[in-house]
Amino acid sequence: MDIFIQQVVSGLATGGIYASLALALVMIYQATDVVNFAQGNMAMFSTYLAWSLLEAGLPYWVAFAITVVVAFVGGLMIERVVIRPVEGAPILTIVIVTLGLLVILTSVAGWIYSYIQKPFPSPFPEKPIRVGQIVFGAHDLGAIGVTLVMLILLFLFFRYTTLGLAMRAAAQNPVSSRLCGIRVSWMLGLGWGLAAAFGAVAGMMVAPVVFLDPNMMGGVQLYAFAAATVGGFTSPLGAVVGGFLVGVTENLVGTYVSFIGTELKLTVALAMIIVVLLVRPAGLFGRTIIRRV
Amino acid sequence: MPALLEAVDLEAQYGWTKVLHGLSFAVETGGITAILGANGAGKTTTLRAVCRMVKTSGQVRFDGRRIDGKATEDIVRLGIAHTPEGRGTFVDLTVEENLRLGAYARREKSSVAQDYDKVYEFFPVLAQRRRQQAGTLSGGEQQMLAVARALMSHPRLLLLDEPSLGLAPLVVREIFRIVRTINRQEGVSVLLVEQNAAMALDLADHAYLLETGRVVMSGPAAELKKNDAIRRSYLGY
Repeated sequence: MDIFIQQVVSGLATGGIYASLALALVMIYQATDVVNFAQGNMAMFSTYLAWSLLEAGLPYWVAFAITVVVAFVGGLMIERVVIRPVEGAPILTIVIVTLGLLVILTSVAGWIYSYIQKPFPSPFPEKPIRVGQIVFGAHDLGAIGVTLVMLILLFLFFRYTTLGLAMRAAAQNPVSSRLCGIRVSWMLGLGWGLAAAFGAVAGMMVAPVVFLDPNMMGGVQLYAFAAATVGGFTSPLGAVVGGFLVGVTENLVGTYVSFIGTELKLTVALAMIIVVLLVRPAGLFGRTIIRRV
Repeated sequence: MPALLEAVDLEAQYGWTKVLHGLSFAVETGGITAILGANGAGKTTTLRAVCRMVKTSGQVRFDGRRIDGKATEDIVRLGIAHTPEGRGTFVDLTVEENLRLGAYARREKSSVAQDYDKVYEFFPVLAQRRRQQAGTLSGGEQQMLAVARALMSHPRLLLLDEPSLGLAPLVVREIFRIVRTINRQEGVSVLLVEQNAAMALDLADHAYLLETGRVVMSGPAAELKKNDAIRRSYLGY
């Protein structure tokens, strides 16, 4: 039983990271109908930035805050400069553009920082936290906490601020939004910025676990895709629930199904994608969109 | 009195297809102008051309200033509210959020709270449903919401696209009554596009008749109502 609870908690910790990245994917997908394949690598790049700031001697949370802000601006700029020109283009064009972005970000990170893995610090104490017989990693609990705080902030932003409302409106009904005076294309840019900021947090939370290298987000992004698919690409809540679900499932299956272990864990994510797409393509919380042709 | 809105030689096209062929019309300050015509005459396109939602050429002046060439968002911010064809409801948002979006771009924010009260007074049913998802409203209620949303922007000119479409006669009469009140009390000028010529001519003080993208007749509404050709083709008696 103790092992079970430990595995669930550590699953929730990684799940929170998947949830953040999945949420970033869903935010962009909802606003622009684009699946951003570069989301993970944008996060990786932000994490390298955080590493540089830490190397320069800044305290962790200062570096954290600067990274989030810079990631936001970076995401916004990527939308303005790279995505904007292909805004009306066929979906495949935009997918290829994001794939190109993925390759460019990986290479540039490798060129600047090399492909050698770097340790990345956790802001949380190394000493595990003991509750009765059960031992929790402090980083796991901290990551869950950070994820939850970010999610709540995002929820409050979208629910209660006028800007958040305008962003939701722009995603839902661009024509009407324009007639309300909302600058829709800037809202899309803001969406990319927010998504990038979210990705940056995910990157900084996962880096202490997987070590920092230009390909570190590859696996995480796959899990995030699984999370978004499970929850439904049209539902932010679904992405979050899906993230935690994938994290916990992956951990439990890895622990209790002996032949899977750590080597085949990633397959679990892929299997989940396939099963969901076969059984309920819209995901748990997603809505089936019927388009008239 | 100078015209609040004036279009000269307005043309519009979808892709290669030209829909408006050099339209000229005006809306007087404080007046209600109606654009009548059958299906496909270009009524909706005319409103869309004013807000630059289609590719246009020709001149449009609002309050003496050229607005053709500006982006839709900027035209709206000048004080032109457009309730579009299909009502443009934000179906997943609540009624209240829809209204908040109406007030999004207005410069003068101090009287927003007052305007909520005013709008709810005009449309009591919206007050009852303020927390409800707008997509669950009936067609008539959504039309009221569209007008209410436009009012929240505190406009000087209201563009109304077929407010009667698909609604019960009683609801239509109610909406027309409110539009008249808004025009008289708030001094909002109105450009109305309608297929229901009888009701539109009752409401408007000036009207234009459109056929395949051209103005074929115009004049004071009272005169058009007496015109034999109009009576036979559009009023049906």
